[in-house]
Amino acid sequence: MAQKRQVRVGSQWMYARDAEKALSEALRVMKEEEGHHESFITKYVFSQDHKWIGVQYGVTALCFLLFGFFLMIMMRLQLGWPGEPFWVIKMFFHGDGKLLPEQYNQLGAMHGTIMVFLAIVPLAVGAFGNYVVPLQIGAPDMAFPKLNMASYWCYLPGGLVMLASMFLLQTKGGAAQSGWTSYPPLSDIASQGQTWWLVGMIFLITSSLLGSVNFIVTIIQLRAKGMTWDRLPFFVWAQFVTSFLLLLAFPPLEAAGVLQLMDRVAGTSFFLPSGLVVSGEVLKNAGGGNPLLWQHLFWFLAHPEVYVLILPAMGIVAEIIANNTRKSLWGYRSMVGASIFLGFMSFIVWAHHMFMTGMGQALSAFFQTTTMIISIPSVIILSALFITLWGGSIRFNVPMLFALAFLPMFGIGGLTGLPLGLATTDIHLHDTYYVIGHFHYVVAPGTIFAMFAGIYYWFPKVTGRMLNEKLGKLHFWSSFVFINGIFMPMFYQGLAGVSRRLYDGGIQYAHAKEAASATNPFMSACAVGLFLSQLPFIYNFFTSIKWGERVGANPWQANTLEWVATTSPPLGHGNFTTVPVVYRGPYDYSLPGSADDYLPQTTPEPGTVAAPVIAPAPVVA
Amino acid sequence: MQEFLAKYMPPIASAHGADLDRLNAWVHVLMLVLFVFWAAYFVFVLWRFSAKNHPKADHHGMKSHWSTYGEGAIVVAEAVLLLVFSIPLWGKWTSKPAPETNPLEIHLMAEQFAWNIHYPGPDGIFGRRKAELISSSNPVGLDPNDPAGKDDIVMINQLHVEKDRPVIVHISSKDVIHSFFLPVMRVKQDAIPGMDVPVHFTPIKTNDGATWEIACAQLCGLSHYRMRGQLFVDTHDEFVKWMKSQAPAQPGS
Amino acid sequence: MSAEAHGHMEIPFTVHARPDTGLYNGKLGVWLFLASEVMLFGALFSSLILIRTGSTTPWPEGWKELHVYPAMINTFVLIASSVFVIMAWANLRLRKPKVARMWIAATLLCGFAFMGIKGYEYSLSFAHHHFPKTNNFFAIYFTMTGLHGLHVLGGMVVFAYFLTKGWSMHEHEYQRFTNRIEIVGLYWHFVDLVWIFLFPTLYLL
Ligand code: HEA
Ligand code: HEA
Ligand code: CUA
Ligand SMILES: [Cu+2]
Repeated sequence: MAQKRQVRVGSQWMYARDAEKALSEALRVMKEEEGHHESFITKYVFSQDHKWIGVQYGVTALCFLLFGFFLMIMMRLQLGWPGEPFWVIKMFFHGDGKLLPEQYNQLGAMHGTIMVFLAIVPLAVGAFGNYVVPLQIGAPDMAFPKLNMASYWCYLPGGLVMLASMFLLQTKGGAAQSGWTSYPPLSDIASQGQTWWLVGMIFLITSSLLGSVNFIVTIIQLRAKGMTWDRLPFFVWAQFVTSFLLLLAFPPLEAAGVLQLMDRVAGTSFFLPSGLVVSGEVLKNAGGGNPLLWQHLFWFLAHPEVYVLILPAMGIVAEIIANNTRKSLWGYRSMVGASIFLGFMSFIVWAHHMFMTGMGQALSAFFQTTTMIISIPSVIILSALFITLWGGSIRFNVPMLFALAFLPMFGIGGLTGLPLGLATTDIHLHDTYYVIGHFHYVVAPGTIFAMFAGIYYWFPKVTGRMLNEKLGKLHFWSSFVFINGIFMPMFYQGLAGVSRRLYDGGIQYAHAKEAASATNPFMSACAVGLFLSQLPFIYNFFTSIKWGERVGANPWQANTLEWVATTSPPLGHGNFTTVPVVYRGPYDYSLPGSADDYLPQTTPEPGTVAAPVIAPAPVVA
Repeated sequence: MQEFLAKYMPPIASAHGADLDRLNAWVHVLMLVLFVFWAAYFVFVLWRFSAKNHPKADHHGMKSHWSTYGEGAIVVAEAVLLLVFSIPLWGKWTSKPAPETNPLEIHLMAEQFAWNIHYPGPDGIFGRRKAELISSSNPVGLDPNDPAGKDDIVMINQLHVEKDRPVIVHISSKDVIHSFFLPVMRVKQDAIPGMDVPVHFTPIKTNDGATWEIACAQLCGLSHYRMRGQLFVDTHDEFVKWMKSQAPAQPGS
Repeated sequence: MSAEAHGHMEIPFTVHARPDTGLYNGKLGVWLFLASEVMLFGALFSSLILIRTGSTTPWPEGWKELHVYPAMINTFVLIASSVFVIMAWANLRLRKPKVARMWIAATLLCGFAFMGIKGYEYSLSFAHHHFPKTNNFFAIYFTMTGLHGLHVLGGMVVFAYFLTKGWSMHEHEYQRFTNRIEIVGLYWHFVDLVWIFLFPTLYLL
């Protein structure tokens, strides 16, 4: 009669049989809940949690970054030692190890596309934005978790289509090879790979649109109590402006992509003027189109896009600098204002990429002027970051080293934008290595360094462990030296008139031969050195996930809300054990009269009473 | 600065080249000033305010607002470069030379991967061209029925111009976009199919045996990297002699 | 238990407006999405203008080449459907879900009518051997109306969903369901608006 025995459950006595029933029912409900939220597929593959999606984005983007770099290694080998066979090239293209011109062009187009659309933007926005923004504003998740998932699942296929075009089409003319800019008519008449490129781009554009809507809504709607606009960390502002750029600049490229797809698939002539003669044959298309239309639509996106590459980087650098100088950001308000202004202006400078297309006085005057104007907000942001260092107590940890290096590197890149922005000096420099040098200084030692800074900084938040400091310093110093070794000589090459996108680096041309052969082997050797410099990082990254030094929730003694959440916050909507309430700005470091040199944003003003902590509703009701 | 940059740049052989290079030098001066200033500041600050030398940070940091004046100065400098130099120079670059300077007019039609150069011949009138007529023996598609075209000269990859005589080159393309780049002349202009864009320059030096080239600056396909032509700057007499020695293109005959 | 609780904080303002912005998340989201759509169609309209003004041959006259009457009927169909979707939303607000459902169905029917008429119109063009590759006029005509048609189709899928699987939401989350109709309604008005621009620019000018 064991069933008749009475047992005590909580404060109640009940029959054992009933208790058992109740228990199994409770277990079933819990299992169901768990099964609902925790199955491997929904937790790790089709995750709707912003943190895990951030990790997915991050890992995927880092793989693409490495792959984009690998493509560049093959190109740099060819540029340094034209026509020589190399085993990596042989491994990739199955030839005799000597790169062919068409392969060089494919690598160039894919390097540019992969780096911009598949590596840096997904890393800067998809990974850092997703992981950090909701935490920093005290939100339980993004506003639309399903859309967030969809965004990643548009990004990945887009990337895979690009990759597939490299691997599957080698016997069919290869991947896209008209540059990342895909100027028609060349791209209109190019082999099949270009169609794949367009399809891939449409996926990527969709992904960014979904993402940008989500970011904007999240930042406007889900800020925690007390998180007013002037208490937002600068990083969130940077992501906010970036999202608007993505939202409004990408659709014109989508339109352009559709038109080019029509040209290639349906035989239309949007970008093909009448009377084209390609390799001796008159083209059968109807004609009447305009190749410059593509350029306008493309640069209408691609100029704002370059600020998409830099703003999140600036945001990361600002957070790390404030934290490691132990003082407030200097000129927070003017930095925010400058970012917003930068966002607006970036929509009206696009034609500075087109000065040599036969532009008249009025248009060129307009675009030169807007280009000069847009350099000012960057100057303001950079100056503010420089001045922030004044009076600080600077800790030289690895994230800070990368963040500090960002400043002069972005400076060099930005400054060399000026002679390109004046139409007359651009005459000589346009489409030379000077341009390549300019933008790599902003995106490679600039943005990539900021990305590294962010990885070293937030790694303990994600994993609960630190990256190794010694290996990090090795990574930093060797990368710093080699990356300058690659890009500095480009300015010299550009002044000498060495054109970009040359299969042999320019040695065919009398005026370019000397500059090219004097510097290319050195630059290529540095590229290999840069590649080797990443090995300590990759090793560090994977070993530290498992064996890195364990740290608490706030290892950097930082103020922003992500450090209030527990270490490596568990997956699932909801990030904080208690709903955070914000009482102060993000940069109250070394505030006079306070004992600690940092005050998290949830610290109430002395003398005021903290709002009662609201516990979230329990799960099983 | 200009001398410094000149060490790395091709020689200047055109009348407007020096102006462009001067502006380029001034921009680089501005860049250098900013760079040196901030770099020096940066090094100083990293040393002075390292945690070792400055253990307690000052919450507010710098109080003075000199940076605002600095930014103001940059605005002024950029405005001067833009309004005083760049925009007027672009005006000159895009306005054709006066007819009384007797400019030499040339049509240039780019193709994958060559430069077709069309001279009007002694009569100074260009023959009509038609896309359908283009063939390997008639690279620009001259119309044989047009009498004006009878004496025209068509060169492939060889551009002859005359010292001190303005040249107007009408640039176009048969197939894809190329870019006509004369490094020594500081000339660059995209060759865009369906468009005819004139550029002009005045050579002020003969090449005297040096190899001066037409480079292609825009990715145009497989052989973009070796799409070159030669540029010859002749004296007046040499030019006339050269012109006489050329057989007219005589399409269809 | 606390670790569990940690994982389940609800996302705020999915249904009710945030007081300081006066918007619920979905509504803000759809406005942003529509802003991007404005840029998409704006770019296409700009392309149309550029190609048309740059044309070296006379630009075909829309009313001679295309079929104005079916398109005109389609204009009314879409305008009507825009009204219907408002009726659906209004009835939901009046707590008359059954009536609302009828209006949703009517909207969907208009969508079908539009697509049917559009298909008929396309077939007339094809019968005249007018294809996208015929000339740039037809190229832009097919591209823009095709893209617009895809948008109509997208809206129809959503309406169909609300009539079938998505309908049950109104039973337990009434307000949320009403919001959804408001959102899809906004989208639907936009699609309608695009057509109102397309019709005169392509067919009449
Ligand atoms: C993140 C990317 C990024 C950023 C931020 C910029 C920033 C700028 N870019 Fe750049 N640009 C590109 C990416 C970027 N660019 C790319 C990818 C291309 C080529 C695309 C292609 O053709 O494939 C390009 C090409 C390009 C061109 C076309 C060149 C040509 O094809 O002929 C032009 C012309 O105007 C230009 C101008 C500028 C200007 C004026 C800025 C300004 O915003 C810069 C303002 C910044 C400053 C002025 C620096 C201020 C610094 C200090 C005050 C302190 C300095 C201190 C120290 C160094 C210690 N860029
Ligand atoms: C964001 C954009 C971006 C970035 C980051 C880079 C990065 C680099 N680029 Fe790229 N480049 C472009 C965008 C970019 N590039 C574009 C748009 C073009 C024009 C294309 C065209 O002509 O159409 C171009 C063209 C271009 C050329 C000119 C080719 C030509 O004109 O013929 C060259 C030549 O040297 C070059 C070199 C490099 C090098 C050496 C790097 C290096 O800085 C790369 C450094 C990379 C790393 C340091 C990777 C580190 C990664 C890891 C450590 C991963 C770790 C992984 C895990 C832990 C999982 N690039
Ligand atoms: Cu022709 Cu490059
Ligand atoms: Cu730009």
